[in-house]
This record gives sequence, C-alpha cells and structure tokens, in this order.
Amino acid sequence: MKLHVLYFARLRERFGLAEETLEFDGTTAADLVAYLQARGGVWAEELDGSRAFRVAVNQDIVRLDAVLPEHAEVAIFPPVTGG
Amino acid sequence: MKIRVQSETFDLGAEVDAMRAGRTDIGAIASFVGLARDLNEGSGVAAMTLEHYPGMTEKALAALVDEANSRWTLLDVSVIHRVGRLLPGDPIVLVAVAGSHRGEAFAACEFIMDFLKTRAPFWKKEETSDGERWVEARASDDAAAERWR
Repeated sequence: MKLHVLYFARLRERFGLAEETLEFDGTTAADLVAYLQARGGVWAEELDGSRAFRVAVNQDIVRLDAVLPEHAEVAIFPPVTGG
Repeated sequence: MKIRVQSETFDLGAEVDAMRAGRTDIGAIASFVGLARDLNEGSGVAAMTLEHYPGMTEKALAALVDEANSRWTLLDVSVIHRVGRLLPGDPIVLVAVAGSHRGEAFAACEFIMDFLKTRAPFWKKEETSDGERWVEARASDDAAAERWR
C-alpha cells in the first residue's frame, strides 16, 4: 500500500526528514515501525522502543496494532509537550 | 467556540470581552494563560520554539473542547495556542470557558488544559546556555490528565 509518512520535532531532526511517501507491504502501524527500524542507525535508535514515540493515522493517535488504510497519512512523533 | 493556532500574541482581556459581548446569560468566565519561563530543569532558557502538526493540532483541540462540552454545560470556549519562537514572559496558551456558574467554568478550564498537555500535538524546543534541547514529556502531566477518567 502507499503511505504518506510525517515526522515531527526530535524525530524529524534526527531522521533529517519531515515527510516521505512509501510503498509498503505490511498491515499495521507496528509493521511500519519495524520496517523503518530496519533502516538501522538513528531509525533503530529512536524506534526500538527504548524511547517513547506516538503514531497517528489520518490525524488520530492509534495503538501500534492499528491497521493502516490505503493512502493513510501516518505521523510518528515524540510525546507532546505543548501548553 | 474559538480554536486558533497562531504565531501572533493574544490579549486575555480582548478575548474575554469578545466572549461576553452582547450576552447576558454568562455568569462566569474562567481563564488560564500559560507563559514561557526563563528556567526549566535547572537551566536558563533564553527562548523556545513551538512546533505543531498543522491539521491534527486543530482537530485535537476541537476534540478536547467537544469532550468538555459533553461533561459540562458550557456557554462558550476559546483556546488559543501559539507556535514559533517565543521569549521568556511571552504568553503561550489561553483557555477561557464561559458558563452559567463558576463550577463548570473552573472545572472545564482545568480539564481542557490537562488534556491539551497530553493530547494536542505541540512540541517545545528550548535554547539554553548548554545549547538547544527538546523538552521531554512529564509523567506529572499524564497523571494530571488521568485523574479526569
């Protein structure tokens, strides 16, 4: 499936990437995280579970077992710190 | 209901005046203004930059206000959150809630702030004497939101 993936804040800076379009074979948000983690380096460091991150699908926070719809906008970001 | 994400500053008095203009049914307006501080985690903070997720941020704020409206009978709510570079002393966020009586106005104002801190996609980066750093989420903010469950 085709996905539009966005990164924010510390993750955007560490990955050196604000957004990308992916052709992806998996099903869930966890599959996407595993796919990105397999890139190694900073991707593995940030997404291996040692640091907290959140995943949103079509602008709603989801759990990692959420199924990704075709053409979803997926965002990965650190826990929020506004207010 | 007013929800705004903006780089410009805001004026609490003007927002409260706008909220009550032409109405005589409002008995109470509770408001909160969050300010940028010059100290955090023991380091001096010279400035901070607030990043957000355009689209999702506005949607998340609207969902918080909807949830407050489902818990209390409110007459109006305004939420304004700034983004971009802010200096110590600058206002960051405003929540104002109008109700018939003070009880629901106070409670809903605190509820919206507690959930804004844990659910609305904003991130702060501080400029300190030791360089730039992203602010880490606090467990105390999660606990503050949790007590409304």
